[in-house]
Amino acid sequence: MSFWEVTLELLKGFETTCYIFALTLVLALPLGLVISFGSMSKFKPLKAVVKIFVWIIRGVPLMLQLFIVFYLPGFLFGKPVFTRFTATIIAFSINYACYFSEIFRAGIEAIPRGQIEAGQVLGMTKFQIFTRITLMQVIKRIVPPMGNEIITLVKDTALARVITVIEIIWVAEELMAYAIIWPLFYTAVFYLAFVGALTLIFGWIEKKLSYYKV
Amino acid sequence: MGFLKVSGIYKSFGNTEVLRGIDFSLEKGEVLSIIGSSGSGKTTLLRCLNLLERANGGSFSIDGEEVFNADADTYSEKEIRQKRLKMGLVFQQFNLFPQYNVIDNLTLAPKLRLKERKDLNKEERKLELENIEKEALEILETVGLSEKAKSYPCEISGGQQQRVAIARALMLKPDILCFDEPTSALDPELTGEVLKVIRSLKSNDRTMIIVTHEMEFAKNVSDKVIFMADGVIEEIGDPNELFENPKSEKLLAFLNKAKENF
Ligand SMILES: Nc1ncnc2c1ncn2[C@@H]1O[C@H](COP(=O)(O)OP(=O)(O)OP(=O)(O)O)[C@@H](O)[C@H]1O
Ligand SMILES: [Mg+2]
Repeated sequence: MSFWEVTLELLKGFETTCYIFALTLVLALPLGLVISFGSMSKFKPLKAVVKIFVWIIRGVPLMLQLFIVFYLPGFLFGKPVFTRFTATIIAFSINYACYFSEIFRAGIEAIPRGQIEAGQVLGMTKFQIFTRITLMQVIKRIVPPMGNEIITLVKDTALARVITVIEIIWVAEELMAYAIIWPLFYTAVFYLAFVGALTLIFGWIEKKLSYYKV
Repeated sequence: MGFLKVSGIYKSFGNTEVLRGIDFSLEKGEVLSIIGSSGSGKTTLLRCLNLLERANGGSFSIDGEEVFNADADTYSEKEIRQKRLKMGLVFQQFNLFPQYNVIDNLTLAPKLRLKERKDLNKEERKLELENIEKEALEILETVGLSEKAKSYPCEISGGQQQRVAIARALMLKPDILCFDEPTSALDPELTGEVLKVIRSLKSNDRTMIIVTHEMEFAKNVSDKVIFMADGVIEEIGDPNELFENPKSEKLLAFLNKAKENF
């Protein structure tokens, strides 16, 4: 197989990798925010339930969670409920939402009480205080840890192959059947390019937000 | 009669009684200083007056209108917000909003209030908006920071930040402006500029309550001084009288200690 044929094959797998990445991000970010509100709730039972949930999701290997989401409904109902791809997106989104929620929580809790009180004495509503004062400060604080987590997600997508989702590494492994090994190492280039682009984007965002200090 | 009338303010956190019955009154245009050792409840009193804390007992009124009464404390969020505007509060740590420049720090809250108003048509709204911006520039000039309008808080000194914080509080035209140790977080060489601004406010007949550790300043600027100890007003009176002839042992000890430290 020529270099270009291999590249084309790998690109097909990489497309799936990108889909897993993008869909997980789009779903996990808002879900993570909701979970973070739950983990900061003043209503103790809710807070406890959310904390235990986050503990389990972060404590169990993502690989195992993929198996559970894909195979467990099959065991229970006799036939699979989700496609392999859907199961992947569900497991990834929940898993990453929990990690994101902890980043959000830390970011929100780090806002000095005085910022909120300053808004209060100026007669602002809770909603105004969140959107006009807290949010921008939270965003600035969470950009670096978020960048980290999102870069980890790029590489975690490779786990999806354990439930036979045809992402880039799977494709490379299939090529090994033709007794060519180098495509497997060649996949690194794709990951590096992706992560490189993300690094540039996060660097740019950080720079954009550097006009103020929190 | 008393522009501000405070009676029987009581506040406890769990089992700790922090304020144990605070009564005083203040006339319009008067400046009241509150002194007292650490933990005596000065900050808590200011926070109760600004409704950041809700007192467990007592009440206070401004200009004959009851603002807060612990016995009738079923106020809605909206009411509390409305009531808060009668008071302004300048914090020890300034608490400017770091992501906004100086002028936006001043106009943020007034603009949001304008947005909430439903009684204006487009033209009037535009006019009001221009007014807010004009006012902000004027107020900025009175605190001597016109040239910093576009600076961000992290780009100006602590003294300048505190002057911006004062300007920001003034934007909402509070009946009474409160300060909680406005110079305590500042390097000594920066306290002067902030105290000067507060003095200039006094000459404009602004009603103010100032919690401070600057005894000289309290003596010069105030019409009335309160000495707090253990959650009660230990002594209240004319500044000269209070500083020259302290009646209680506690005040005498406090003043001697304050002298040692300077
Ligand atoms: N939210 C709170 N929960 C529990 N205790 C509190 C709270 N706020 C204040 N206190 C207690 O109330 C007492 C009075 O505090 P306050 O801050 O009013 O004192 P202060 O006179 O302002 O002191 P300082 O000069 O140090 O600023 C202190 O013993 C403090 O520990
Ligand atoms: Mg204090």
